[in-house]
Amino acid sequence: MNAYIQLDNVGMQFNTKRGPFIALRDVDLHIQKGEFVSIIGHSGCGKSTVLNLVAGLLDATAGTLLCAGREIKGPGPDRAVVFQNHSLLPWLTCTENVLLAVEQVFGKSESKTQMLERALAALELVHLTHAKDKLPGEISGGMKQRVGIARALAMEPKALLMDEPFGALDALTRAHLQDELMSICAATQSTVIMVTHDVDEAVLLSDRIVMMTNGPSATVGEILHVDLPRPRERLQLADDAAYNHYRHEVLTFLYEKHHKTAA
Amino acid sequence: MSTLNPSAERAKAIALGIVPPIIGLGLFILLWALVSASTPTIPTPGATFVSAVELFSDPFYNKGPNDMGIGWNILASLERVAIGFGLAALIGIPLGFIIGRFRFFNDMLAPIISLLRPVSPLAWLPIGLLVLQKAEPAAIWVIFISSIWPMIINTAAGVTRVPQDYMTVARVLNLSEWKIVTRILLPATLPYVMTGVRLAIGVAWLVIVAAEMLTGGIGIGFWIWDEWNNLDVAHIIIAIFVVGIIGLLLEVLLTQLAKRFDYDAR
Ligand SMILES: Nc1ncnc2c1ncn2[C@@H]1O[C@H](COP(=O)(O)OP(=O)(O)O)[C@@H](O)[C@H]1O
Ligand SMILES: [Mg+2]
Repeated sequence: MNAYIQLDNVGMQFNTKRGPFIALRDVDLHIQKGEFVSIIGHSGCGKSTVLNLVAGLLDATAGTLLCAGREIKGPGPDRAVVFQNHSLLPWLTCTENVLLAVEQVFGKSESKTQMLERALAALELVHLTHAKDKLPGEISGGMKQRVGIARALAMEPKALLMDEPFGALDALTRAHLQDELMSICAATQSTVIMVTHDVDEAVLLSDRIVMMTNGPSATVGEILHVDLPRPRERLQLADDAAYNHYRHEVLTFLYEKHHKTAA
Repeated sequence: MSTLNPSAERAKAIALGIVPPIIGLGLFILLWALVSASTPTIPTPGATFVSAVELFSDPFYNKGPNDMGIGWNILASLERVAIGFGLAALIGIPLGFIIGRFRFFNDMLAPIISLLRPVSPLAWLPIGLLVLQKAEPAAIWVIFISSIWPMIINTAAGVTRVPQDYMTVARVLNLSEWKIVTRILLPATLPYVMTGVRLAIGVAWLVIVAAEMLTGGIGIGFWIWDEWNNLDVAHIIIAIFVVGIIGLLLEVLLTQLAKRFDYDAR
């Protein structure tokens, strides 16, 4: 069976002022429909680069990238992106920010009221109905991130690409949003690629964890299947032997096999 | 100090806000009084004040085109500034947008702008008189040319400084050029445009006095020139204050307006 998102022998070389810099080489990654995959690795190894390649924001210098059997040639509404820094437009209200994305996808086929309903439904999904008319400057960091997720979900993308979506949040807010994300994914059967540097987050959310080697010339080191039943409860998993085994595997990869000496 | 109750505390804060400016103003008037005492042709502050009261008791009289109240002269100058400045905004802001958005136009126009911008606005007056044949449009032309540069340059800088994040959003969402302009570039650039507008009105108001001295007609600049010919120094000093106060008001007005468009300050 063909994978939904498929990277074969992907390489990425940046042309910098100091000459070519090979960020990625020989990246092979096959992601099935409905799968939740996280990418973990030390800072600067190339996680964002992989995500941006799938998003179509970067063009690979080697290999092939496919989404639903078609070559990825640029950004498209089938792959929605959630950014670490939310990237909301500060002059638009939460609803307007979501609506901007909705209009882009459904503008040709739906009426204004239908699209507004979609935007409001997406905000409700992330429990933000009460803040729908607020400007991003008037809400908290966690709420902004939820608007960013709502904007992505409202496009009904085939794949959701998230680059450290909760990295800038405090631990409590992060845990809360992780739980929300899990229930949204269960409800929508989304295909998700999430970049993270948080081991617990990776194990809790993922079906598979892609562990990357250190750059330059980073590539996929190991892939860990996380075979924990869903729905997952963070409290129960804390004492779960399997959960802790997976955690340990990832930690071993990061801090023993590919330890990064402090620069 | 900690024994002061809140209302006394507030009174103190107000006093600290008012007292220094009053001392400054007092020293200024004292200096002026000293200068006028040693130079008989400079009227004293008191005499100037009496003259100002008389002048502003009837600012809008009209005894033919060569003798109109100071109010009419101020309005005439403001009208010229408004027209020249408006035309400059109409052309300068879109031009700045194009320069900021398209590398080609930036490379094409940057040398001309760098060359012409440092030229004193009054140097453009003869060209205006030659081409437009009349004094009135020539004065407006000088305002136009002097206020267009800040608007072009600030708008262009604003467009190039739109945060990369917003442009990435535009790419991910596949926004059309029209939506990029209306939903991202315009709002993101507006604070810069407003800075350009504020600088431009300052320059325009600065230049109108000099331009009118050269072109004549009615207007606060020519009025000053006229009073110089009449040797009415008190009126000249009053005019200096009037020009200063109006310039200050324009500045305050535009700063308030600019605040409404600054999303970072929210
Ligand atoms: N546009 C670019 N130009 C040059 N080098 C880049 C560019 N983007 C990323 N890199 C380099 O590629 C490497 C991987 O970056 P990135 O994917 O952002 O890492 P991560 O997200 O894992 O922290 C880094 O060494 C970074 O400096
Ligand atoms: Mg990154």
